[in-house]
Amino acid sequence: MSEHPAVAKLKGKFNDSVLDVAEHRGQTTVTVRKEDIVAVCTFLKQECGYNFLTDVCGVDYLGQTPRFMVVYHLYNIGEHLRLRLKAPVEEGDARIDTVTGVWSTANWLEREVWDMFGIDFKGHPDLRRILLPDDWEGHPLRKDYPVQGPDREPYQGRLS
Amino acid sequence: MANLETMTINMGPQHPSTHGVLRLVLELDGEVVVKATPHIGFLHRGVEKLSEHRTYHQVLPLTDRLDYLAPMHNNLAYILAVEKLLGIDGQIPERANVVRVMMAELTRIKSHLVWLATHALDIGAMTVFLYCFRERERIMDFYEKISGARMTSNYFRVGGLSADLPDGIEKEIRDFVNEMPGNVDTYEGLLSGNKIWQKRVCGIGAISAEDAIDVGLTGPALRASGVDWDLRRDQPYCDYQSYDFRVVTHTDGDTWARYKVRLDEIREACKIVHQCLDRLKPGPILADCPKVVLPPKKDVVNTIEGLIHHFKIITEGFKPEPGEVYVGVENPKGEVGFYLISDGSPRPYRMRIRPASFVNLQALPQLVEGALIADVIAIIGTLDVVLGEIDR
Repeated sequence: MSEHPAVAKLKGKFNDSVLDVAEHRGQTTVTVRKEDIVAVCTFLKQECGYNFLTDVCGVDYLGQTPRFMVVYHLYNIGEHLRLRLKAPVEEGDARIDTVTGVWSTANWLEREVWDMFGIDFKGHPDLRRILLPDDWEGHPLRKDYPVQGPDREPYQGRLS
Repeated sequence: MANLETMTINMGPQHPSTHGVLRLVLELDGEVVVKATPHIGFLHRGVEKLSEHRTYHQVLPLTDRLDYLAPMHNNLAYILAVEKLLGIDGQIPERANVVRVMMAELTRIKSHLVWLATHALDIGAMTVFLYCFRERERIMDFYEKISGARMTSNYFRVGGLSADLPDGIEKEIRDFVNEMPGNVDTYEGLLSGNKIWQKRVCGIGAISAEDAIDVGLTGPALRASGVDWDLRRDQPYCDYQSYDFRVVTHTDGDTWARYKVRLDEIREACKIVHQCLDRLKPGPILADCPKVVLPPKKDVVNTIEGLIHHFKIITEGFKPEPGEVYVGVENPKGEVGFYLISDGSPRPYRMRIRPASFVNLQALPQLVEGALIADVIAIIGTLDVVLGEIDR
């Protein structure tokens, strides 16, 4: 059972939504259903003091279902606590609600997740590619996207 | 009849004051900016993708090419994340930690010097540029003597350092940090009382503490808005809690405030380097974890165990147990963090870099809208962005 103070509060309020609580090297990760991500984030910001969104990123677990995870790193500036929040996203319905309404920081970070993983953020004010050109095809950080790019022969030498 | 049409112009990516390859599309009403849209990605190298195909050790050289003005800070953030993932973060010898802190703070001075130099040059004060680069050159010399490279330092290793400090470097660094506060006074003497400088920075690009937190600013840009938050003090790494330093804050949140905060941070960094030099005692520089720490060269060529461990780590890499960690450090520009996921293989399953400049740049449209086009230059400078880190 996690010692993290936000976990008990989250479980009290969103018991059905919390899918998993994991602890590794003293860091706490809470996995929640993607349908509740905005409600959970709003609750954490307003009731638990997680006023700073450090990062949003995606992870591709190719071969598993659900395939994607959207990972949020939150920070509590008052008490100096971190919390990692994850929401699973299926490949067939690669969409999740945007949290730009909770923290403006999420704007560019979610655009990058869209750019790199092709995960659509519903309600995002300006969901365009950010690092790659607008006419780029594919989403490079997906595990099935070749490292050398789609239009080149695979590298024949050692990659490691 | 007044013409109410706005004009759209393109600034960058080759504009010298955009600090690299930042492109801004500005919508202007006369000289006033109505809307600013940054376009980034010109320097995208796919570091996160590449790192999934390399061992943990091989990822290290990619990291100092992110924020190339503060390479050792990126190395440090990455190394700390790997050590946390391996669970050896408590076993780093004292000397290694002290050297890490010392190099991190010298890097902070170096990065802030480039910021001040280019910021002043953009606004028209060329003398400051020359002075700052003169001092920066000395830190580059330390870099070269200590790590062998002026920019791509690649000096820290999982478990410690790649080499011990060369003889006589301590005195040179001591001389440097003795002189540096006086140099900062010189820069201030050239700028702070200068009417032109004051007109160009006071009240320009102001942001409140709430807005700064909402948009995700970190580092000096956030502290200039009055938020007293520094990861060195609040989430200490490398034993930072045992050093005596002040977290510099300011209340105005404008370009002047950010200027003052960074100058004071140089002074504080000098204090920390002094404390590091006082603590520097002979001792081991590598943790005693032979399965993951590369052995020193003399062990590789003289002992069979050293040779085996070296061979295993280089050819196969080490395999952290499955799990995930995030470690953030206080870079000169803000919080830089590494989020590593291990699946038990010798390569990171996923490495995410939390870039400071990328998130800080996001505040740019908010800061420049309503400002004059000439102030856009000052505001880009005051955010202190590095495109290598933004585009990754």
